[in-house]
Amino acid sequence: MSAFIQEARLKRQIWLDMMFRGATRISAFGVLVLLAAIIGSLVIGSMPAIEAFGFNFLINDSWNPVTENFGALVPIVGTLVTSGIALLIAIPVSFGIAIFLTELSPQVMRRPLGIAIELLAGIPSIIYGMWGLFVFAPLFAKHIEPWINDHIGPIPLIGAFFSGPPMGISILTAGIILAIMVIPFIASVMRDVFEVVPAMLKESAYGVGATTWEVVTKVVLPYTKVGVVGGIMLGLGRALGETMAVTFVIGNAHKLSMSLLEPGNSIASALANEFNEADGELYTASLIELGLILFFITFVVLSIARYMLHRLSKREGKAS
Amino acid sequence: MPLLNGTFGLFGIAKLQHIQPNGDRMNIKLKQIVVGIAAASAMAFTAVSHATDITGAGATFPYPVYAKWAEAYKAQTGIGMNYQSIGSGGGIKQIKAGTVDFGATDAPLSANALGLAGLAQFPTVIGGVVPVINVPGISAGQLKLSGEVLADIFLGKITQWNDSKIAALNQGVNLPAKAITVVHRADGSGTTAIFTTYLSKVSTEWLRGVGAGGAVQWPVGTGGKGNEGVAANVMNMEGAIGYVEYAYALQNKMSYTHLKNKDGKFVAPTDTNFKAAAANAKWKAEEGFAEVLVNQPGKDSWPITGATFILVYKNPTKNDNRLEVLKFFNWAYANGDKMASDLDYVPLPDNVTTMINNAWKAQIKDGKGQSVWK
Repeated sequence: MSAFIQEARLKRQIWLDMMFRGATRISAFGVLVLLAAIIGSLVIGSMPAIEAFGFNFLINDSWNPVTENFGALVPIVGTLVTSGIALLIAIPVSFGIAIFLTELSPQVMRRPLGIAIELLAGIPSIIYGMWGLFVFAPLFAKHIEPWINDHIGPIPLIGAFFSGPPMGISILTAGIILAIMVIPFIASVMRDVFEVVPAMLKESAYGVGATTWEVVTKVVLPYTKVGVVGGIMLGLGRALGETMAVTFVIGNAHKLSMSLLEPGNSIASALANEFNEADGELYTASLIELGLILFFITFVVLSIARYMLHRLSKREGKAS
Repeated sequence: MPLLNGTFGLFGIAKLQHIQPNGDRMNIKLKQIVVGIAAASAMAFTAVSHATDITGAGATFPYPVYAKWAEAYKAQTGIGMNYQSIGSGGGIKQIKAGTVDFGATDAPLSANALGLAGLAQFPTVIGGVVPVINVPGISAGQLKLSGEVLADIFLGKITQWNDSKIAALNQGVNLPAKAITVVHRADGSGTTAIFTTYLSKVSTEWLRGVGAGGAVQWPVGTGGKGNEGVAANVMNMEGAIGYVEYAYALQNKMSYTHLKNKDGKFVAPTDTNFKAAAANAKWKAEEGFAEVLVNQPGKDSWPITGATFILVYKNPTKNDNRLEVLKFFNWAYANGDKMASDLDYVPLPDNVTTMINNAWKAQIKDGKGQSVWK
């Protein structure tokens, strides 16, 4: 009797195990299938535009629905530049936040500050957009842009990037709003990974007379670099795809200009604005091709990040 | 052990059923409930298939007034109207795919496109597009512009508010030496279609360089999302000029301009002036009323006026719900004027609704070639 039960139980367990394995496999492959399906439908959807414009689509700065002459250069540049500005601002600030919270902050302030940052991450992006348009842009136009025009504008070489009409709505504004949006993401990931650095390592470093800066750069960062890069990539991913907040403040002008104070456009924002009312096959197809390009950019960015991590781990242990 | 547990479980249920003292009564009750549910759902099903709720999709601009009409119509007749404001482009796609009873679009389809798709088209309400400005020292209605000057501003040829061309139209107004910032719609929209059609009619340079459409390649300026985006940008930026729907300008108390119309008179954006443009227009019923009401003759006509349109099949192949659609809009023409005016839309003049009624009789046929509308 007991042997019989044992055997039945065993059979059941094996069967359960197989089921479980199958279920996990289906879930994992499901993602692959989904990915392939999305790429497939994007490619099929954008076929008319690919046939009509070919490679030229990527370097054409025109976007004319009336004559149906479409090019993706302006939104591509806008997407990359706004995300770049966002990271340029967000990385140092997030780093500061995370270091302060894990190393320097008094114990009582850690929890409230940490919760505040996580709450910031939960604010819907449209709120950032509205705030950017109604509060930040006017302030920026009145107080900051004239200053930038007067003080950075005359500097040779970089001056050209910083002179333009003080409208408050520009590529730079979009970049700053994006930075504010991604800071909570990057900062909370950085804080989490900094917290897992073993206290013994840090205390040993302090013990041999290292300063806080030395502990952070020589112990904490090397120990957590994968997590830190991961956090930055998470932020970058959000910045690249962010739609509503950017739409409100970027100015939505399909025009290429040197200055960061001029309005521009991003891929996500162009899609959000124009998909509804896009009539004609070529118009819709061009918008879908924009989506495909955004997909590709995200893929490339992720690959570069992976490659960088790979390089970093290879150099581990060598004298720097 | 789990196996044993399972057996106990089964056993337990069996036992419970067995000792249930009024098991039969329970069963009867259950049966009643099941029958009741079945009957109710059957009734609901028949109710749906008989009441023939109307479905429509399309332009966002007329959505508030369609929703208002639908509510009142449902209260009177019991027939609901379900309208999805997904945008004109979406409305055209949906009616062509046959998923809705009618499509709605702000920019009319050409007679050619209508013929190809087998669609009939008719207008419902009128709206006006109004240039709005934010120029320090200039109040609402103080500034006068002509079509050519407006086109030059949006082409980026006039860049200062004290330009001689603006000054020539506004003697006695103290125009500041301020740069003009142009604000346009970022999303494709019927408002833009009406506005750019107007600019194309009054400026050959605009016609050749930019053209008309729901979205165009703007030579200058920044884009705002929706009427609210344009309005916010204009109100934020000193020296800005944009264009919004009349209702939007009115509700936000924005600073509008006067415009010179085809007869050379300067007119204010008011509902009587929009109505004048619609009454003076030469509608062509056989071409599906495909008329953008810009630059119409008449001394009171506001030059940037446009109607919003409904699309239905002339000879549908399946689910013939057109009659209900026509009934709904006929009811709206007769009873909906006040509701439309309350929402700052302009109802169609009576001569136009009579024309629409005649067009229905002439164009919309059933399988035997008989008029559906009588």
